[in-house]
Amino acid sequence: MQVAPPDFDRLFGALADATRRDIVRRAIDGEEGVAELAGHYSMSFAAVQKHVAILERAGLVTKERSGRRKVVRTNLYALLAARGLLDRYEEMWRGRFDRMTELIAETKEADR
Amino acid sequence: MTVTAVRKDPQNLTMTVTAEFDASPARVWQLWADPRQLERWWGPPTYPATFTEHDLTPGGYAAYHMTGPEGDQPKGWWQIVEADEPHHLSFRDGFRNDDGTKNPDMPENIFDVTIETIDSGSRMTIESRFPTLEALEQLLAMGMEEGLTQAVGQIDAILASDTVAAR
Repeated sequence: MQVAPPDFDRLFGALADATRRDIVRRAIDGEEGVAELAGHYSMSFAAVQKHVAILERAGLVTKERSGRRKVVRTNLYALLAARGLLDRYEEMWRGRFDRMTELIAETKEADR
Repeated sequence: MTVTAVRKDPQNLTMTVTAEFDASPARVWQLWADPRQLERWWGPPTYPATFTEHDLTPGGYAAYHMTGPEGDQPKGWWQIVEADEPHHLSFRDGFRNDDGTKNPDMPENIFDVTIETIDSGSRMTIESRFPTLEALEQLLAMGMEEGLTQAVGQIDAILASDTVAAR
């Protein structure tokens, strides 16, 4: 199956805001609509609606019909893309730790 | 494998890695405090690092560059926030322009390093915080990534093609 690559520029911008990251976290369950999400924050409904719209454009959330309501649901695929970057970062640190271990082993041998 | 735990939080853009070493905290501290040792592990073999300034005291500054296979030299800086030998180090890590000045347009990464004494030697915990996902992407695109070939799966393949396209 061919999947279009996520729009990283949009994704970066959308995730750069703490409220939007929190919305993404809450919307993983996909049980709340915009009004319910807005209840968690001290900002206006319109402001939350704007945040959700930005997330929607970035492909991080979608609005779905659930019975008679519309709920906001996180697109786990987009979130996994972010995670993929963290995985690569982890690889970088594993390499660093390996080199540190080698370095320590070397100085131990020199001490003998 | 020395890495004992990795905790990733994609929403808050932090990653914490823990590793254990068969050496005292004083010895492990030297991996950071001695620039010649630091140079041997900070960059991957394909992008070795050279530290031209290195003042590991609170408020201190460090400057480095990495040399890539094509002769490209991405430059970085550290601003030391806290340094409590041999147990704690926190610093900001950013990019420098070709003329050596800090590049404020490029993202910073914040590191918090803790070195504890354990029965078998030392445990080092490193927390990295990224201001944005873009910061992480730029860091990886700078040629600091390694082991990419080990990455598997559809998502990583898509990420890899996206990274190439972005260059």
